[in-house]
Amino acid sequence: MKRRPAVAAVAVGAALVLGFTACGGNKTTGTNQPNVAAPEFNAAVGKVFAPSTKKGGTLKFANSGDWDSLDPADTYYGYSWDFIQFYGRSLVMFTPKPGPEGNKLTPDLAETLGVPSDGAKTWTYKLRKGVKFEDGTAITSKDVKYAVERSLDKETFPNGPTYYNDFLDLQGYTSPYKDTAPDKLGLKAIETPDDQTIVFRLKTAFSGFDYFAMLPASIPVPASKDTGTKYKEHVVSSGPYKFETNELGKKFTLVRNTNWDPATDPNRPALPDKIEVSLNVNADDIDNRLISGDLDVDIAGTGVQAATQGKILADATLKKNADTAALARLWYVSVNPDVAPLDNIHCRKAVLLATDHDSYLRAYGGEAGGDIATSMLPPQIPGAEKIDLYNFLSKKNGDADAAKKELTDCGQANGFETNMSYRAERPKEKALAESLQQSLGKVGIKLTLKPFPQGDYFKLYAGKPDYAKNNKLGLMSNGWGADWPDGFGFLQQIVDSRVIRASGGNTNLTVKIKDVDDLLDKALQTTDTPAREKVWGQIDKRVMEDAVVLPGVWAKVLLFRSPNLVNVFISDGLGGFYQYGSLGKK
Amino acid sequence: MAGGATRRPPRPNIVLRYVIRRLLAAVLLLFVVSVVTFGIFFYIPRLAGASAEDLASRYVGKTANEAQLRVMADKLGFYDPLYVQYGRFVKGIVLGANYNTGPTTVRCPAPCFGYSFITQNPVWPDLVDRMRVTGSLAVGAAIIWVLFGVSTGVLSALRKGSIFDRMAMGTALAGVSLPIFWTGLLTLSIFSYRMHLTAPGGSYTPITENPAEWAYDLILPWITLAFLIAAAYARLTRAGMLETMGEDYIRTARAKGLPERTVVVKHGLRAALTPITTIFGLDLGLLLGGAVLTESTFSLPGMGKYAIDAIVNNDLPKVLGVTMVGATFIIFANLIVDLLYAVIDPRVRLS
Repeated sequence: MKRRPAVAAVAVGAALVLGFTACGGNKTTGTNQPNVAAPEFNAAVGKVFAPSTKKGGTLKFANSGDWDSLDPADTYYGYSWDFIQFYGRSLVMFTPKPGPEGNKLTPDLAETLGVPSDGAKTWTYKLRKGVKFEDGTAITSKDVKYAVERSLDKETFPNGPTYYNDFLDLQGYTSPYKDTAPDKLGLKAIETPDDQTIVFRLKTAFSGFDYFAMLPASIPVPASKDTGTKYKEHVVSSGPYKFETNELGKKFTLVRNTNWDPATDPNRPALPDKIEVSLNVNADDIDNRLISGDLDVDIAGTGVQAATQGKILADATLKKNADTAALARLWYVSVNPDVAPLDNIHCRKAVLLATDHDSYLRAYGGEAGGDIATSMLPPQIPGAEKIDLYNFLSKKNGDADAAKKELTDCGQANGFETNMSYRAERPKEKALAESLQQSLGKVGIKLTLKPFPQGDYFKLYAGKPDYAKNNKLGLMSNGWGADWPDGFGFLQQIVDSRVIRASGGNTNLTVKIKDVDDLLDKALQTTDTPAREKVWGQIDKRVMEDAVVLPGVWAKVLLFRSPNLVNVFISDGLGGFYQYGSLGKK
Repeated sequence: MAGGATRRPPRPNIVLRYVIRRLLAAVLLLFVVSVVTFGIFFYIPRLAGASAEDLASRYVGKTANEAQLRVMADKLGFYDPLYVQYGRFVKGIVLGANYNTGPTTVRCPAPCFGYSFITQNPVWPDLVDRMRVTGSLAVGAAIIWVLFGVSTGVLSALRKGSIFDRMAMGTALAGVSLPIFWTGLLTLSIFSYRMHLTAPGGSYTPITENPAEWAYDLILPWITLAFLIAAAYARLTRAGMLETMGEDYIRTARAKGLPERTVVVKHGLRAALTPITTIFGLDLGLLLGGAVLTESTFSLPGMGKYAIDAIVNNDLPKVLGVTMVGATFIIFANLIVDLLYAVIDPRVRLS
């Protein structure tokens, strides 16, 4: 799951601007109205702030960038998967409730969660009756099948995830646009015995298939209205709102879908009458407008800009309108066993022991940026255990003595030299690299820092095994956010050695442990949830034992909750965003 | 042929030949720009060791495998020799091209300045749309900065050393020194969000839809941008005026009894206008190529913002399109400036 990278604005200039606006005082807190809930810091974390069923108003969103695509088959941004609930219904979704309940899946288009059979190789769903597209036509299982089929076509729709491609028994199927069946439903891996039933057949067992059913790819698409790459210009809605206007790259608006029947949809309160989204808006301007009340939501969900963050944390009144959301995201450094002398486990352990973890956290914003990570799995992921093999917490500034001992064990008593890569456009990664240079330098490990452009970082440089090896990238700055908050969603892309591609584009840069691969396979087949969750903890520990990753920060963001909003809460399932589909206007 | 005075050819002919020569040079220059730009995006990465698949990796999602990269590289023509790729690009501009949408193909009519595989849209209609915004921003601001800049410069020159002069030049210094991303955010904060006098960032209404709304949306960016640029004009005008007003022919004009306004404007200012015209041509040309900082600060959907967004997203066809259009504007702006010299300053020979 991707988040829109926060573009580093000119902090000083913006700080001065915001300093000026602060001089004039604030008119945003609105606590003089008797019936409205009083804002508090973190009022939307773990609970609903200002619960409401009041309908009406226009919800105004702004995006500092642009969608990868509004087409459900072609999108990977976390905020997109949140917003899409306004105009699309997938088979299942995360329960729209705050706290740990939000981590659980609940049926949306389907009547119940999936029913596994054949050892979790087959999954069956029954669709609710009475659900219609925006034009009044009934939604059937064939529309869901067609939607999944088109999401398989990575040539036409390159951006979305590939879980269906990887797990369905495709038998050579590529795309409905090359499908020879007259109804374009030639994929044998999905069966639609009747209009209400859909059956998925997998190549291998997978106990977590409900998470795939949550993906936007299962949002139904009417084949007769499918215009391929142009479909995103007007996506046919199955949700409570439909597109009214769509100016690509500029803005779009949604209005109520009169063919959405609330009786079929227990998950969406559909409070606002209209939704407006502006694209490519200046990030600092967004913050100013949020605070002045001109705007309701910053859709990117990556938190306020650096200057605004300082202002909010320092001002008690403003802070009441802020929430810190824990993301299922880890900032870490990959430790490359392909580059000598890091091929020796003791040299790798020396790196982990010598790191100043407090300084690592400060590079990412200190307490407001998150918590020191002692292993890979963020604590809110079911199955995460407290693992701290190298005493990160008790030795926050590093353990130079233990590190030196490990260096002696790997035959480098005086330290060694290696290169560290990071993404040039990210000031936090640069700060981290410099911090590591310092703390590792204390035990004799000399780092040469190598910045790379972020657009190609994973495709051509750090993410390309040969490049990393030939250029002696011993340490590589990295970060990962789960596609969904469970062990598979978090771990699979970053610890499975079999996903590593020689052609580049990898996020797993350094974890190649057979035990881990075996444990992953075991988890995939374990349908008993608590037993499966235990395996994630085992995998986390095994990876840490090998010291091929240096965990840094379990990330948090600071979000500003506009006083215009009611019914606000943070969804853990969606990954630390406000549940957009539940928001209303005061 | 006997010696003696050669009859001078009629003036319009000279002008026409000059214009034609300059137009041909402009077209040649555009051709060079297109080759160089194309080379930068599609040849230099190859020199640095990038393969066709590496180039294609920009157009695929993060989960693409090797097979998908090869398919995309083939689809985008990266396996063809460079001159074939360039030829295809030029052919698109002249004749148009067809692109696959999945179930059908879509036509990109001439001039087809490329097709963005990230937004799945031809680039040219976007550029036309964005040009209107950048054009509105540039022209509106230009009128304000020329009027204010030049008149301030004239008044300062005439009242040299006075308090007005000092304050005006001080303000001009501020305008030149303060960055637009700061003044822009500040003016938005104060005038739009606090006082609700002007439109919020990101507001733009086409003039054809509602001229009053169009002006209301742009007044703040116009003034903020003009403030930045007027400074140079004020200072230049003042310097030029001071030099000119000391000339003999000014004293002659006054001695002849001409009204002061005629002396100042028709004789003094006119001579000082030549350098002003030069930088005006450059400034306007550059702005029309995309007022990047202003558009980013005010979130205006113009060419500059388009270019920045395209660069951030690695959308090469868009960047190529913007570069070509920007270069065209600069080249033609300079051509017009050169022609204006002849109008303003009769001493310039069009030889």
